[in-house]
Amino acid sequence: MIQSKSLGRWLALGLIAGVTAVSAAPASAQSTLDTVKKRGKILCGVSPVAPGFSYADDKGVRRGFDVDICRAVSAAIFADPDKVEYVPLNTNVRFQAVQSGEVDILSRQNTWSFTRDASLGLDFGPVVFYDGQGLMAPAKLNVKSASELADAAICLLPGTTTLQNLEDFFRPKNIKYESVVFENSDEWRNAFFNGRCDAITTDRSDLASVRAIANDPSQYVVLPETISKEPLAPTIRQNDPNWRDILNWSIYTLIGAEEKGVTQANVDEQLKSEDPEIQRMLGVNGDFGKMLGLDNKWGYNIIKSLGNYGEVFDRNLGPKTRLGLTRGPNELWTKGGLLYAPPFR
Amino acid sequence: MRVDAMSGTRLLYNLRFRAILYQVIAVGSIVLLGLYLFSNVSQKLAEQNIATGFGYLSREAGFVISQTLIDYKPTDTYGHAILAGIVNTVWVSAWSVVLATVLGLVVGIARLSSNPLLALLAFLYVEALRNVPLLLYLFLWYALIVTSLPAVREAWEILPHVFLSNSGLTVPSLVWTGTHTVVLLALVLGGVLGVFVHRRATAQRISTGKTRMIWPWVALALLAPPMLAILVMQPDLTVSLPEKGRFRLTGGAQLRPEFTALLVGLALSASAGIAEIVRSGILSVRKGQWEAARALGLRDGLTMRLVILPQALRVIIPPLTSSYLSLFKNSSLAIAIGYPDLVMVSNTTMNQTGQAIEGIAIFMLVYLGLSILISLFMNWYNSRVALKER
Repeated sequence: MIQSKSLGRWLALGLIAGVTAVSAAPASAQSTLDTVKKRGKILCGVSPVAPGFSYADDKGVRRGFDVDICRAVSAAIFADPDKVEYVPLNTNVRFQAVQSGEVDILSRQNTWSFTRDASLGLDFGPVVFYDGQGLMAPAKLNVKSASELADAAICLLPGTTTLQNLEDFFRPKNIKYESVVFENSDEWRNAFFNGRCDAITTDRSDLASVRAIANDPSQYVVLPETISKEPLAPTIRQNDPNWRDILNWSIYTLIGAEEKGVTQANVDEQLKSEDPEIQRMLGVNGDFGKMLGLDNKWGYNIIKSLGNYGEVFDRNLGPKTRLGLTRGPNELWTKGGLLYAPPFR
Repeated sequence: MRVDAMSGTRLLYNLRFRAILYQVIAVGSIVLLGLYLFSNVSQKLAEQNIATGFGYLSREAGFVISQTLIDYKPTDTYGHAILAGIVNTVWVSAWSVVLATVLGLVVGIARLSSNPLLALLAFLYVEALRNVPLLLYLFLWYALIVTSLPAVREAWEILPHVFLSNSGLTVPSLVWTGTHTVVLLALVLGGVLGVFVHRRATAQRISTGKTRMIWPWVALALLAPPMLAILVMQPDLTVSLPEKGRFRLTGGAQLRPEFTALLVGLALSASAGIAEIVRSGILSVRKGQWEAARALGLRDGLTMRLVILPQALRVIIPPLTSSYLSLFKNSSLAIAIGYPDLVMVSNTTMNQTGQAIEGIAIFMLVYLGLSILISLFMNWYNSRVALKER
């Protein structure tokens, strides 16, 4: 009896040890590109629900700005933007999901910051959206500036560095305030709409969607201050330079195409363009695709399936959408914005 | 030589030795497995350049926690912030346990009432509360408070200087200083002394059969320490009155809606379970006990208090321990409605530092440790109650 019991115990132990040994095998032995090609699809970490950035449409198809970033990479690799499997991640596990290889790209409104870059074993791609934390208050409170918010209660979400930014902004001004922190974004919005808080804070792009949900958006005003820099950039594992190049240049293709006037509609015509940089970008000339380990038509495939950065922005976030955002700092450098792609040469 | 070999073999066939050997091997392999997992994780984290260790606990937290019992400022460390979270968790759990026990006892007894209306009400109470997930109730209580009460700028002044709004109940408060703490401690000391004197007097009355007037002594024991403390410390009696500021009420003390909703949610849900435990405990006491007590001329209330409940406790305590434990662990749902408990503070910390493994390890250890403390206390109490078995 004793023996059979302990045998069972040993078996269980052996099983556990075996499983851990297998799962502990390094995931980074193979390059990400090879893994992705063999798998036939990219694993892309996105927000479960974020209007404009990542959401499922009425047919259950995932759409949004963040989603399009992964689709661009998919188009570059597979000549098909839909070879992507989306993994909805909440803020608490998103970086662990990249670290552990659960996703190949994290495109989830994540802010690029020093600690994340230096201590989490992560690399960040180019900034795809320049955001900043802002505050919104009911119009009837007649608040003109965030500096007037002494003793106010402010509703926020714990997921990001929002809480720390708020403190960094108010502490030097010696302003005391009450923070009411919600894990659940419905509770968070409702608490603000019901007057539990005098102001609500999150990234400005997100404030736009909160305001869009309100019964009467005109009752709420976004305060002028941007209290933090939130450069949103897709995130990948460290130590895979090739994968990083693919991500970087897929995004630069979107931006570069806008700069050169290449659009989804005219990309076939542009194949005949005399501009040598367009020729290299679209793979008519040179072997840029091969240098990345991709098909030479990778750039053409991105623009053909998604359009350029401006088209991606307008489709998901622009003035005609529910979010109604203007380009602001997300305009091309030639038009006074911050978007700048290095040269294709 | 032959003898040695024999004894070696004999040892192997010795049942006792083998039993111990198996235990050692089992424990040893679990420890080894743990060590292997630990070293594996640390090695992988190091390979991926992911920061590890608990060094971050002494770095500045830099975020506000709005409702803390202990002093906490954003310039304090992450360790201090987590401690404030632990204290908040314990604070709300402790009040919920008290409230749930009282409610559960009352409802459990009411379930057995001979008054059909009362019994039905108690039945409905129990079924309504225990058949819906606690999280939904938390949302409900919180939404009720936040949507049905007026915003703070239109707060109801229900008594002079007492305001009720969807930001909570605000009352005038003493400006608390060290001297007040001393008086409070003296008050507790008085209470302990009072109970002690009363017990001594009762014991004496039982052993000697003489009744003496004891209330002056009890009163003296109760009142002397706080009186003395007030005379010596001369506490400052400045009162802070809540006033309407531009956004909020300033001054006074505040019972916030997040705390209230969590307290009510935890206590009500747990009380439904406790009511059933109490009912089963009472039903476990044989009918003969009731009849015997009535035969002695005890009224129903006294019968319940002196005869039935003490015997029912033996059945009640073990499942009650589980109820308390789940209440304590359920307090982690606080995060849904914005009460800064341990989990919320840990989450913020993990998000800021990115060190999730350490953060989760800390809060698991804290929940484990405090749960074990609760079990130990309840087991101790159980053994005290059980000893009275005859």
